[in-house]
Amino acid sequence: MASEAKKALFEPLVSNNPIALQILGICSALAVTSQLSVALIMCLALTAVCAFSNLSISLIRNHVPSSIRIIVQMTIIASLVIVVDQVLKAYAFDVSKKLAVFVGLIITNCIVMGRAEAYAMKNGPWNSFLDGIGNGLGYSLILIIVATVRELFGSGTLLGYQILAPVSEGGWYTPNGLMLLAPSAFIIIGLTIWAIRAFDPKQVEKPDYEMQNAHNAPAHGASGGH
Amino acid sequence: MDLVSLAVKSIFIENLALSFFLGMCTFLAVSKKIQTALGLGFAVFVVLAITVPVNNLIYQNFLQEGALAWAGLPEVDLSFLGLISYIGVIAALVQILEMFLDRFVPALYNALGIFLPLITVNCAILGASLFMVERDYTFTESVVYGASSGFGWALAIVALAGIREKLKYSDVPDGLQGLGITFITVGLMALGFLAFSGIQL
Repeated sequence: MASEAKKALFEPLVSNNPIALQILGICSALAVTSQLSVALIMCLALTAVCAFSNLSISLIRNHVPSSIRIIVQMTIIASLVIVVDQVLKAYAFDVSKKLAVFVGLIITNCIVMGRAEAYAMKNGPWNSFLDGIGNGLGYSLILIIVATVRELFGSGTLLGYQILAPVSEGGWYTPNGLMLLAPSAFIIIGLTIWAIRAFDPKQVEKPDYEMQNAHNAPAHGASGGH
Repeated sequence: MDLVSLAVKSIFIENLALSFFLGMCTFLAVSKKIQTALGLGFAVFVVLAITVPVNNLIYQNFLQEGALAWAGLPEVDLSFLGLISYIGVIAALVQILEMFLDRFVPALYNALGIFLPLITVNCAILGASLFMVERDYTFTESVVYGASSGFGWALAIVALAGIREKLKYSDVPDGLQGLGITFITVGLMALGFLAFSGIQL
């Protein structure tokens, strides 16, 4: 595999993760993580949309005048999302009911739009396709971590199978109901970011104010944001 | 009374940002200063209050199953075109609002600055329209829902900006600096807003 393609595919997983470093696409992501199976379907949907929108935008990138490129990208993405939505409704109706509005919200997911604008407009179709898949996987990684923690501790199951036997059925585990509510998702993702940055200190953000005598180690600036 | 209850529910209990995670990208990126957070919050409020009712009219008169009966096409169901029409309506309305403000209320236009065009891709806007369709709101309900969920979002971002203005002086562990601690703060805020969940009017 060419090194450029390899970079496009694997860089977004940890070292340039779309959620943890670029703060993209958190919008519709967290709401679907209270069950692992639902989160997996969402990951699949987003990866597909991201890969194919990158592919098609990269194919037509030399024919689109730059003044109308946003609306062209938007139309392509919206059409792809409609296709995904219809497929889900046809073949996985239950999951599609649980995902509710969040499939539609892939349209405004900044990962898709951001990759189209930042990568697919400048690179060839094959690399763009891989970049789409890579970013989809980076997003999936975070989603799967959050969903695993939430489902395991929230209801004691994984993918619907009982892992920790709850007290109500004679087991020992008391399900932590808070895990199924919104706040836990925020806190888990905060801790995940902490873990990723402990693993790769280049991503640590510079504080606005230095404490005196507190941090003498130089802080490497790799600020996120967009 | 139903409408008041709907308003309270969408401002506090089902807050778009804190319980549905909508508009998170801007919510985290633009919440460093209270001043900018206020501007963005107001813009979201205005755009939501306009787009949700407009999308409601479009859904009821064109897209819903059987909605085209007035045109002699009672069997047509165009609801699969929903996504693309809502996002089109939102983009167009934001554009119109921008031109209108530029012409008639230049002070507000300058205050909102870059936030107006950014709002098109804010998932809170599209999300509210999709919730409106899913929950089958009538036109009046959609007006109340749009305005109050916009107000709820604005409230959340201004509150977060207030916390972050103080937080920047605190000594946070290196890995949590910036984004990490912000997520945890938002988590605690969401926990606070959960306290409203028992309220019934």
